[in-house]
Amino acid sequence: MAEAAESPGDPGTATPRPLFAGLSDISISQDIPVEGEITIPMRSRIREFDSSTLNESVQNTIMRDLKAVGKKFMHVLYPRKSNTLLRDWDLWGPLILCVTLALMLQRGSVDSEKDGGPQFAEVFVIVWFGAVTITLNSKLLGGNISFFQSLCVLGYCILPLTVAMLVCRLVLLAEPGPINFMVRLFVVIVMFAWSIVASTAFLADSQPPNRKALAVYPVFLFYFVISWMILTFTPQ
Amino acid sequence: MATPAAPAGGARNGAGPEWGGFEENIQGGGSAVIDMENMDDTSGSSFEDMGELHQRLREEEVDADAAAAEEEDGEFLGMKGFKGQLSRQVADQMWQAGKRQASRAFSLYANIDILRPYFDVEPAQVRSRLLESMIPIKMVNFPQKIAGELYGPLMLVFTLVAILLHGMKTSDTIIREGTLMGTAIGTCFGYWLGVSSFIYFLAYLCNAQITMLQMLALLGYGLFGHCIVLFVTYNIHLHALFYLFWLLVGGLSTLRMVAVLVSRTVGPTQRLLLCGTLATLHMLFLLYLHFAYHKVVEGILDTLEGPNIPPMQRVPRDIPAVLPAARLPTTALNATAKAVAVTLQSH
Repeated sequence: MAEAAESPGDPGTATPRPLFAGLSDISISQDIPVEGEITIPMRSRIREFDSSTLNESVQNTIMRDLKAVGKKFMHVLYPRKSNTLLRDWDLWGPLILCVTLALMLQRGSVDSEKDGGPQFAEVFVIVWFGAVTITLNSKLLGGNISFFQSLCVLGYCILPLTVAMLVCRLVLLAEPGPINFMVRLFVVIVMFAWSIVASTAFLADSQPPNRKALAVYPVFLFYFVISWMILTFTPQ
Repeated sequence: MATPAAPAGGARNGAGPEWGGFEENIQGGGSAVIDMENMDDTSGSSFEDMGELHQRLREEEVDADAAAAEEEDGEFLGMKGFKGQLSRQVADQMWQAGKRQASRAFSLYANIDILRPYFDVEPAQVRSRLLESMIPIKMVNFPQKIAGELYGPLMLVFTLVAILLHGMKTSDTIIREGTLMGTAIGTCFGYWLGVSSFIYFLAYLCNAQITMLQMLALLGYGLFGHCIVLFVTYNIHLHALFYLFWLLVGGLSTLRMVAVLVSRTVGPTQRLLLCGTLATLHMLFLLYLHFAYHKVVEGILDTLEGPNIPPMQRVPRDIPAVLPAARLPTTALNATAKAVAVTLQSH
């Protein structure tokens, strides 16, 4: 154990000896140090970075990621022309939003009678495959946005619709009726418009200027389908 | 890990050369640093790499000891060493196969560029093509130009999916085996791709001058009429209106497609076969979409009375003016509902 531990432990001792040579005849005694400075060449500096975030506590990692997600949420809620969503994209936010939306849209029914409502898997598939299709479309139209950046933007811009879903669920706790429906319709329409404006603010710059409408139309369809699923949701 | 076969080969020889052989594979350029970047391992963590290295070193050691201890029993030693080498070779081959598959998938991504020229359109072009798809042409003596693009047809198919979903939701369609979204997507894409392929096959039999891309584009733009009709009639539930739109709008878009095909086919029999098939399929599809996914009467009655009342006692009632889905004068709605219910009950 001691012999084998010695050689992987100091990869950068920069000795002229070949590695692992004479491994079998090393024995640890008190005066051979088993710790010291490791001189790491330039290339592995990246590894140093990684291992530094690897060694931090889980709470730090989670808080850092959550803060990044929260910052992007703010950018979606107050859309201005900024590059934050595009520059450091991440897919945590879209995942959280998609799972929340799918959970809220799920009917509790297992019976086959009213089985027309969207189930968890359906919403999940619609959101992700819809986003992939829109991304492919915008790339084929000549956009210069990367695949994951586009997925990130489209996913984050579902936030207003998730808020609309929450509001609709709360409104549905009250008594059903036409006023109920009107309120829900109004909220969903406003949030739908907000989603489209937010995603256009981020995506439009990446398209050639005369083809913005071509790239925005599928986004419109995508959010329309999601809004429709939210609006027609009735709890069992 | 890089070439695990070599150290395994060395395992049978002894302690000294064994390490030497291993070392020259790992170190590459003779530097004293094990460059983890070059190791084909995607574990991502240097600790894991070290752990594996450590494990392998220990395995080598064990193998070396076993080799040294059982040198007389040549056959047994051969088996043991061979098994170690075999497992490493299998792992190596699996890794190579996985890498090949991944790179093939990656080159598939690059093949997206094959579709790029078909999406090279301007909004004005799309708009004009949409309008032209409703205007049947008169000149059938020389082949009409068909724009070979896929953006417009694809967007029209997705629009049709969205409209279909809207229609299914408002009529509370019950889908037993599957989901609403899956059914809508399957129907629309299946029609577009399937009927295009079928008509292309018939065109091949009838010697028509049309390519698959042009057929896809033609049929895709022909769905524009369907979108209009369904959008209107899913919201205004009048059957007379639907039949009128079916004939007018559906007929116009079918006539356009038929005229283009006629201009590209020679011979009356071939023209009749090809265009008759396309016209039939196109018009029947619109009929199917309206009636299969949009149950008007049952939807309205269920909304009013709930599903608990047995069918015998159902009578169409006056729809109250505050029904959310109604965006129409209720008298027309009531009249339709009553008329259709009477028709149904008389059967």
